[in-house]
Amino acid sequence: MPTFQSGLELRDALAKGDLRPTEVVEGVLARIQSVDSRVGAFLRVYADAARRRAAELESTGPKGLLWGVPVALKDNLCWEGNETTCASRILEGFRPPYSAFVVRRLLEEGAVLMGQTNMDEFAFGSSTETSALGSTANPWDLGAVPGGSSGGSAASVSEGAVPIALGSDTGGSIRQPASFCGVVGLKPTYGRVSRSGLIAFSSSMDQIGPFSRTVGDSALALQVIAGHDPADSTSVNQGVPDYLKALGQGVEGLRIGIPAEYFSEGLNPEVEARVRESLEQLRSLGAEIVEITLPHTRYAVSTYYLTAPAEASSNLARFDGVQYGLRVGQDGGPPKNLLDMYESTRAQGFGAEAKRRILLGTYALSTGYYDQYYLKAQKVRTLIRKDFEEAFKLCDCVATPTSPTVAFKFGERTKDPLSMYLSDVFTIPANLSGVPAISIPCGFDAQGLPVGLQLLAPAFGEEILFRVGDAYERSCEWSSKQPDLS
Amino acid sequence: MEQQTAGSLVGPEFEIVIGLEVHVQLSTRSKLFTACATSFGEEPNHRVCVVSLGLPGSLPVLNREALHSSLKVALALNCKIGSFIKFDRKHYFYPDLPKGYQISQYDQPLAQHGWVEISAGEGRRRIGVTRVHMEEDAGKLVHSEKGKGSLVDYNRAGTPLIEIVSEPDMRSPEEAYAYLQALKSIVSYLNVSDCNMEEGSLRCDANISLRPRGSETLGTKTEIKNLNSFKGVRASLEYEAQRQAQALRSGQLIIQETLLWDADRNVTRTMRTKEEAHDYRYMPDPDLPPVILENSYIEETRQTLPELPYDRRERFVRDYQLNDYDAGVLTQERQLADYFEETVKIFAQPKKVCNWVSTEMLGLLNFKHLELSEFKVSPAQLGRLLQMWEDGSVNGKVAKEVYAQMVEKGGDPDRIVEEKGLSQVSDQSALEEAVAKAIEENPKAVEDFKSGNKKAAGFFVGQVMKMTQGRGNPQIITQILKNKLDG
Repeated sequence: MPTFQSGLELRDALAKGDLRPTEVVEGVLARIQSVDSRVGAFLRVYADAARRRAAELESTGPKGLLWGVPVALKDNLCWEGNETTCASRILEGFRPPYSAFVVRRLLEEGAVLMGQTNMDEFAFGSSTETSALGSTANPWDLGAVPGGSSGGSAASVSEGAVPIALGSDTGGSIRQPASFCGVVGLKPTYGRVSRSGLIAFSSSMDQIGPFSRTVGDSALALQVIAGHDPADSTSVNQGVPDYLKALGQGVEGLRIGIPAEYFSEGLNPEVEARVRESLEQLRSLGAEIVEITLPHTRYAVSTYYLTAPAEASSNLARFDGVQYGLRVGQDGGPPKNLLDMYESTRAQGFGAEAKRRILLGTYALSTGYYDQYYLKAQKVRTLIRKDFEEAFKLCDCVATPTSPTVAFKFGERTKDPLSMYLSDVFTIPANLSGVPAISIPCGFDAQGLPVGLQLLAPAFGEEILFRVGDAYERSCEWSSKQPDLS
Repeated sequence: MEQQTAGSLVGPEFEIVIGLEVHVQLSTRSKLFTACATSFGEEPNHRVCVVSLGLPGSLPVLNREALHSSLKVALALNCKIGSFIKFDRKHYFYPDLPKGYQISQYDQPLAQHGWVEISAGEGRRRIGVTRVHMEEDAGKLVHSEKGKGSLVDYNRAGTPLIEIVSEPDMRSPEEAYAYLQALKSIVSYLNVSDCNMEEGSLRCDANISLRPRGSETLGTKTEIKNLNSFKGVRASLEYEAQRQAQALRSGQLIIQETLLWDADRNVTRTMRTKEEAHDYRYMPDPDLPPVILENSYIEETRQTLPELPYDRRERFVRDYQLNDYDAGVLTQERQLADYFEETVKIFAQPKKVCNWVSTEMLGLLNFKHLELSEFKVSPAQLGRLLQMWEDGSVNGKVAKEVYAQMVEKGGDPDRIVEEKGLSQVSDQSALEEAVAKAIEENPKAVEDFKSGNKKAAGFFVGQVMKMTQGRGNPQIITQILKNKLDG
C-alpha cells in the first residue's frame, strides 16, 4: 500500500478504484502489527470485523463520504456489541447495546472501524498514564507520553495506522495530545456534535472531535459527525455547512487575535518561539495579527477543576456494580451485602485519579459548599465566556500555544496532580465557553518533539479554523513529517 | 366539628400541623426523558431502554407531553408558573436508581404558590400549595422470599411524576384526608393520571407536628413515608398525633425522623433518623438545557383546562338548585358529574336525578366494586326510567327492580317493563275492584281507618299491591280508598 498523506487522498483513490477497501484494511493491520506493539495506541483491534466490513463495502461499491476509510475510536464511544470500557476496570466486560451517534454516522458514510484506542481512565488525565488497561507511548519519543486523555487516538494517527481517529475533549483532551503527537486535533463547538453514546465525563464541556494528519481531514471528519441529534438535548438544531469549502481560501484580510495572557510565565521558550514563528507565517500569508485580552483566563483552571470533577462525580455514580461492569465484594469475591457491593466495586474498579476527582466533585457539591464552589465556578465561567465574546468583536479567530510544553516523560507529572492539571491551561477556556478550537502542528523543539498552535473561533465558526489552519498547513511542511518508527 | 376531632385526638392544649407531599404518576404514553413506554403490571424489565436504564452514554430528552400534563396540574392548582425552569440531579445510591441520581427539580420548579380548596368540618377553606415539580420515578426492588437476594425491575424507572408539596396548613387528619381527596379529584378531572393509590400512581408522604394551641412556631415534625391508601393517611396521622401528644405531655422531646406506617398493626415505625439523612448534592443537570415557558404556551394550556371540580360544584348549586353537599358528591369525580348532567338532559328534574345517582347508583357501584366506566346503564336509560316513574308507568318499587336488572344485564327500561309485565296498573276499575275486595276482607282495618289511623291506610295499599303483584299505582289506590271509606 502506498503511503498517503491524508484521508481525503485515500478516499479519492478508493473512489477511483486505484485502491480497494480490503487492501487498505490489510495495510492498516500490517502497520498496527509493525508499530503498535511499541506505541500501544490500540486497546482492541478488530481485524476480522474490519476485514469483513471492507469486503462488504467492496461488494456494494463506493458510497458515502468515508467509503473504505479506516477510522479508530476512543474507548469511551459506545460501539454496539463491542466492549467499551473508558480504560477502566469498572467497565470491564461492558458491551453497549447501542452505538454512539458519531459511530452510526461513520458507519453510514462507509468508514471501516479498526478498533478502540487507549485513554486516561474516564478521560481523567493529560498523559494517558491513568489508563487501567495499558500504556501508550508518544510515536515521536517512546519515552514520552502521548498526552491525554485521548492519547491513544492521537498516537494511532501519528504512528500512521489510521488517517482519522475520534477522541473527546473536555478540557483539552483532543488538542493537547494532538499537539504532543504532531497531528491535527479539533474540538468542535459545544452542541455541534451529538454526545449521545459518549460515556460522559463532564457533560457541560465534553465534545467529540477528530484527529487527523491534515486540516482538510479534520473538516472531512467533522462533515460526517456534525449535525442535530434529537437524542441529545444539548445538540444544536442548525444546518451543517460544507466544511470542505473552507479549504484553500487563504487568510487574506482575516484578523487573528493574540491574547497576552497566553504568552506569559510557564510557557516553554521553544514552544513560544515556534508559535510566534507560525504567527509570522500567517502574517506573511495576508492575515492581520492583533493584540487582544482575555482577562479571566487565569481563573480558567480553577473553574474547570471545580466544574469538571463535580459533573464527573455525578456522571460516575451509575458505576455501582448493579447493572453492568465490575461487581465485587471486599475479598474480590461476591459481595456480602449491598454496602459491600458499592464500596468494594468502586474501590477496586476506579483508579487513583478517578477517585481523586470523585472526591473533589462530591465535596464541591455537598451541602454548605455548593454556593462557595460549584455555583461560584459557574459564575466565573460566564465571565470567561464573555471574554471570548468581547475578543471576537475584535478578531476573526484567536491564536495561542496549545500546551505550555512539548510532550513530557512518563512519570514526570504523575506524582504531582497539579502540574498535570496545568498542562491544560491553554485548552480549558474553550471548553468552559463552548467555542471551537483546533490544534495544528507548527514545528518541533530541539529534541524533535512536536509543538502545537491552537486556533479558537466563535461558536459555530469551525470554517474559520479550517480556513486559517489549512492556509498555514499548506505554507509549511509539518503535516508531511512522520515519526521514525522503523 | 374539625375542632372536636382534633381536640379529642390531642387534647385542647395542642394544635396539629400537617403538610403533605403527594406524588402523582402521569399516564403519559412514554417516560419522562425517553420514548420507551410507561406501564403497570408488565413483565419485569420489558419497558426499558438505554435511557431509562441509565446506560453509560445515554442522554435524557424531555417528554413534551409530560411537561404539558404537569403544567395543566400546576395551573389547576392555581399556581404561579415558572417562566424559566430547569432540571436538577438528586444523588443517592440505591439499586433501583439506575444513574445514581434522580432527575428532579430543585430551586427552579415548574410552579409555586398555589392553593386547593377543601371541605372538611366547618365549611370550605384553602390549603396552600408550596410547589409543583416534575421528576422521574425509580425502579422497584423485588426481594426474594428466602432472603437470598433482591431482583431489580426497571419498568417503572423514568416514569413521569409530579410532586405536589403543600404548605403546613392542615389542622387535622380529617383535613389532610379532604385535601388528598380534593387533589385526586382535580388531577383526575385533568385526565393526566389514573390516581390509583393502591397501584402507586398517587403516593403520599405526610409531615406532622404538634404545637401549643396559639403558638406560631412549628414543633419538631416527623415524616410518614409511602402511605398507600386514603384510609392509611388518616389513620397514620391520627396515630402519630396521639403519639406525639402523649410524648409531649410526658415531657419527652419529639425526634425528627422518618416513619413507616404499619397498616397491619396500626402503628408508625422508625425508618431513619435525621442523623442518617442524605446529602443529595443537588446540581443542575447539564444534559438538560433549561426550559423557557412562554406566556403564550402557558395561556394556551390554561385554555384547554376542563371545568374543575370546585367550579363545577358551584355551577351545580347554581344551575340545578342542589345543596352544597349533593353538588360536592356529584362533582368529586368527573365521570360521575358527566353522568349526572347527561341524565338531567333526558329527565330534567335535577334533585330527583341527584337522589337516584347518589343513593341507588353509588350504592350499587360500591356494593359491586364497579367503576363508572364499567357501568352498563347509560344516562339515557336512567333518564327514561326516571321519566317512567314520574309519569306513573311504573311505581317506585318496580323502578328499583327494573334498575337492578339494568345494572345486572343491561337493557332498555321500556323493554324490561314490557317483557316482565311490570307496567303499573292505573286502570280505575281494576283497582276499584281490588280495593273493594280488601275492604270486604278486613272489617277491623276499616274501623281503624275511619278512626283516623294512618297505619290502616298503609295496610290497605299493601293489600292492593299484593293483589296487583306490586304494580298498582299507590296514588290512585289511596284516592279510591278515600272515596270509598270517607264517602
